[in-house]
Amino acid sequence: MKLIFEKHREGSLGVSIPVSDVPLSKPLDAQYRRVNQGDLPCVSELDVVRHYTNLSRLNFSVDTNFYPLGSCTMKYNPKFTERIAALDGFASIHPLLPQLMGGGMLAQGSLEVLYETEKLLNEITGMRAFTMQPLAGAHGELTGVMLIAAFHKANGCRRKYVIIPDSSHGTNPASAAIAGYQVIVIPTDAEGSMDLQEFKKHLNTDVAAVMLTCPDTLGIFNPRIKEIADMAHAVGALMYYDGANLNGMLGKCRPGDIGFDVVHINLHKTFGTPHGGGGPGAGPVGVNEKLIEFLPIPRVIRRTDGTFALDYHRAKSIGYIAPFYGNFGVILRAFAYMLLLGKDGLIQAGEYAVLNANYCRVKLQEYYDLPYPRICKHECVFSASRQMKNGVHALDVAKYLIDKGYHPPTIYFPLIVKEALMIEPTETESKETLDAFIETMIEIARLAQENPQAVTQAPVTMPVKRLDETKAAREPNLRWKK
Amino acid sequence: MNVPQNLLYTKEHEWVRIEGKIAYIGITEYAQSSLGDITFVDLPKKGAVVEQFKFCATVESVKAASDVYAPLSGTVTSINEELSAHPELVNHSPYEQGYFCVIEIKDASEKTKLLNADAYRTYIEGLAA
Repeated sequence: MKLIFEKHREGSLGVSIPVSDVPLSKPLDAQYRRVNQGDLPCVSELDVVRHYTNLSRLNFSVDTNFYPLGSCTMKYNPKFTERIAALDGFASIHPLLPQLMGGGMLAQGSLEVLYETEKLLNEITGMRAFTMQPLAGAHGELTGVMLIAAFHKANGCRRKYVIIPDSSHGTNPASAAIAGYQVIVIPTDAEGSMDLQEFKKHLNTDVAAVMLTCPDTLGIFNPRIKEIADMAHAVGALMYYDGANLNGMLGKCRPGDIGFDVVHINLHKTFGTPHGGGGPGAGPVGVNEKLIEFLPIPRVIRRTDGTFALDYHRAKSIGYIAPFYGNFGVILRAFAYMLLLGKDGLIQAGEYAVLNANYCRVKLQEYYDLPYPRICKHECVFSASRQMKNGVHALDVAKYLIDKGYHPPTIYFPLIVKEALMIEPTETESKETLDAFIETMIEIARLAQENPQAVTQAPVTMPVKRLDETKAAREPNLRWKK
Repeated sequence: MNVPQNLLYTKEHEWVRIEGKIAYIGITEYAQSSLGDITFVDLPKKGAVVEQFKFCATVESVKAASDVYAPLSGTVTSINEELSAHPELVNHSPYEQGYFCVIEIKDASEKTKLLNADAYRTYIEGLAA
């Protein structure tokens, strides 16, 4: 496939600029003129439209096919929430408006959305207050750990460590380290949960926080989570809840009730907002009483007369963490999603997500190794180690699925499972879709025994065949050159 | 799986070759084969002080990024410059051309905490099962 630059035709134009009929002012000062030419391709409007329309047809999305990418939670985004976000009053509002004199009164609807979304998230998670500002889950993690640091500092105590299990998302240790903490990694026990003996060995008054994902990245709910929270609190450490997997216990169990002090939520995972491919995302952070005063500014408040306003006067706040009030369009879609589904609908969404994952787990456990054979929550993790004996790796399984019209599951994560295949069907998939996918997975397991080459040569039906990922990583070619 | 007799090993799959007061450090055949094609190695700086079983380097493959821990404490006297342009040497020759760095050993008695070739081989066989 040609790049747009390679479609350059000398003299081809997308726009015709009229001849200037006003006298030219003196030429632009040399220091403001670009040194290198932009080298934009000469293409017609139709060339451009065809180029990008054809590219978009190669896209894979939940709107086109089944997308069981574990851990990432590729939820269907209901079109209703898009309609709400497109309403002119929301889509055209200027982000500076509530900061202008009298402007807050012209932005009451949007401020109310932020306020009410916070209230709903409080109810769902059992927390006391949320900041809607963090622009992604990992940004939420950093904000959360900074709140924990502010809390310990205000209490005059210096703590050095954050405890994180080895099954965690890689962003957990990264967030803790950027916030200035050293990370202690705890291994996973045979049951698939954090090793409690190891945890106890490392827990002391130098520990600032324990960061846990629940259900964890194996899709397993740790039955001793309350006990862990109690032990952490006994030494003055705070409990951080990575809400990446909140959809696995939605409406059944609230992090605030188990004893978590800080939570972040990925709105795109649990509340059906678009996955932005790196942005715009939203990772709201919720806290209990201990941490409210440290939340970032501004906070959306409701005045006694019922109007909404932004509050910047918070002496102990950790300050600004993002421009404006977060990715408002994403927060709005999550708000619409929660109202659309309602309480019963949200509970049902969580139940179906768990049911679908367990259906896949039980149907496939005969054909693939299941390192932690327990009831899972919203995702199940298989290993392709049985297939590997015939030279078929998790990567090959993934490539073969692409040929069959499925987005592959997440592979090689969590790191504690060899040749991991992490399947997360999400709640919206029908039994028919799941059965067809399971059928294909069984076919791959059979081919791995009878004709491994059929799998290791995949994909064969795609515009490109097996790409040299190693070469791409070792010698990245990121920029077009003449 | 190739486990040379003349080296000592850690459970995190690093090897060390002791030559008098200095030691060569790298990752094992088992490590490189589980990581897959290695795309980048981030080595410590010359002169850096490393501590036994503590972080000393990072290795990235097409699958994941992993920390590498120092098998012995000491000061880095030289690094394998070749790896920045040719990280694949770690895959092709983990025990020779793909070594990471050389350190001046701080405390030779630390080697009692390492595994010999037989013990390491038994250890990785246990992991495969």
